[in-house]
Amino acid sequence: MSLARKFILILFFFSASAHAISADKIQDEKGDIKSEIKSYIKHHLKDAHSFYLTSFTNDETGKKTYIEIPLPVILYDNGLKFFTSSEFKHGKEVVVSNETFYRMNYDNNKIYKTDKEGTFNFSESGKILNEKPLDFSITKNIATIFLVSILMFLLFTSLAKSYKSNNGISKGIGRFFEPIIIYIRDDIAIPNIGLKHYKRFMSFLLTIFFFVWFCNILGLTPLGVNVTGNIAITFCLALLTFIITTISGTKDYWMHIFWMPGMPLPMKIIMAPIELLGVFIKPFTLMIRLYANILAGQIVMMTLISMIFLFRNFIGSGLSFLLAFFISIIEILVALLQAYIFTILSALYFGFAVEEHDH
Amino acid sequence: MEIPAIVGGGLIVIGVGIGIGGIGRGAMEAIGRQPDAYGKIQTAMLIGAALVEGIGFAAMFVL
Repeated sequence: MSLARKFILILFFFSASAHAISADKIQDEKGDIKSEIKSYIKHHLKDAHSFYLTSFTNDETGKKTYIEIPLPVILYDNGLKFFTSSEFKHGKEVVVSNETFYRMNYDNNKIYKTDKEGTFNFSESGKILNEKPLDFSITKNIATIFLVSILMFLLFTSLAKSYKSNNGISKGIGRFFEPIIIYIRDDIAIPNIGLKHYKRFMSFLLTIFFFVWFCNILGLTPLGVNVTGNIAITFCLALLTFIITTISGTKDYWMHIFWMPGMPLPMKIIMAPIELLGVFIKPFTLMIRLYANILAGQIVMMTLISMIFLFRNFIGSGLSFLLAFFISIIEILVALLQAYIFTILSALYFGFAVEEHDH
Repeated sequence: MEIPAIVGGGLIVIGVGIGIGGIGRGAMEAIGRQPDAYGKIQTAMLIGAALVEGIGFAAMFVL
């Protein structure tokens, strides 16, 4: 038996015996850990008022230090109020502004008006009854959207300029982006919308593809942003598709919805409400698909990492690392795939709206 | 007797699994017959799978 094998076996027995000794203790703690993991995952899926990186506790003083990037808080409550989110100290302290007291609730990351001591009044079902000010803060998600917008603006304007200076040949990072843009034009826009109308929709399709893709990729970084896994944001993206489809709908499109030609009269009456419902279901599924896919990915990642604290031995940790690594690679694929699906389905819906029939 | 909602979730997953499996199988067979049309079949397969998946997610969301 080789030395490495012996070492692993010894480690295995050691961990097994250590597990047996502390089994009773762990049994009590396991329930706590499970609920702690649950609240941790729930907390980190939500939008926050700061970019939270990590925290550690000083063993001697017992003081918890947070490493994070604070973001500005903007409240509208009898006039605008500005302060940074670091003043909340993770919901531990009450912030005073113009003689009103504000406190952040750690569980849902929302700001409430409180009294001087910062007490929350709970209803019987556990809801917070305190009044909420209008919150226009630059939260984590909004900061990321700004970042992605600026990045995209700088990237693509400079790319467009570089074509001019280089006689229409891409160079640098343009060599990476050119095939993607041409793919969207030749394989997404033209087959689905048609040669006659595709140019009108190209700018929207390209913007939505790169926005969703960049946001998805940023969601995999340790900054822990969850932009496309937030239903409000996917709702806005789907709403844009819905508005453009509705506005650019031709007479034929509406006729096919309300009075399908070439069908017997009773069928026409049955089809009309179903088709009308379909108009709203299409953007609704766009919204849900993107949101649920990204959210599910984030939950799976965090659950796998939490396995370390459940198993508390090197086998569990190794397994957790391997699985998390594997899921991360799949998530990179999902990030691209979801951006692609969102774009191609948008193009498909635009294609329905501008389609010309000869009957 | 009341059936817990999580049973419905399981049924949704089974249904969506069968649906996407069927789409994947159809695409594989089509590619086997027409290897040249690989790109077109793949696109159509992804759209079909995404639509089925969307229904599944919508049902989960209602759950």
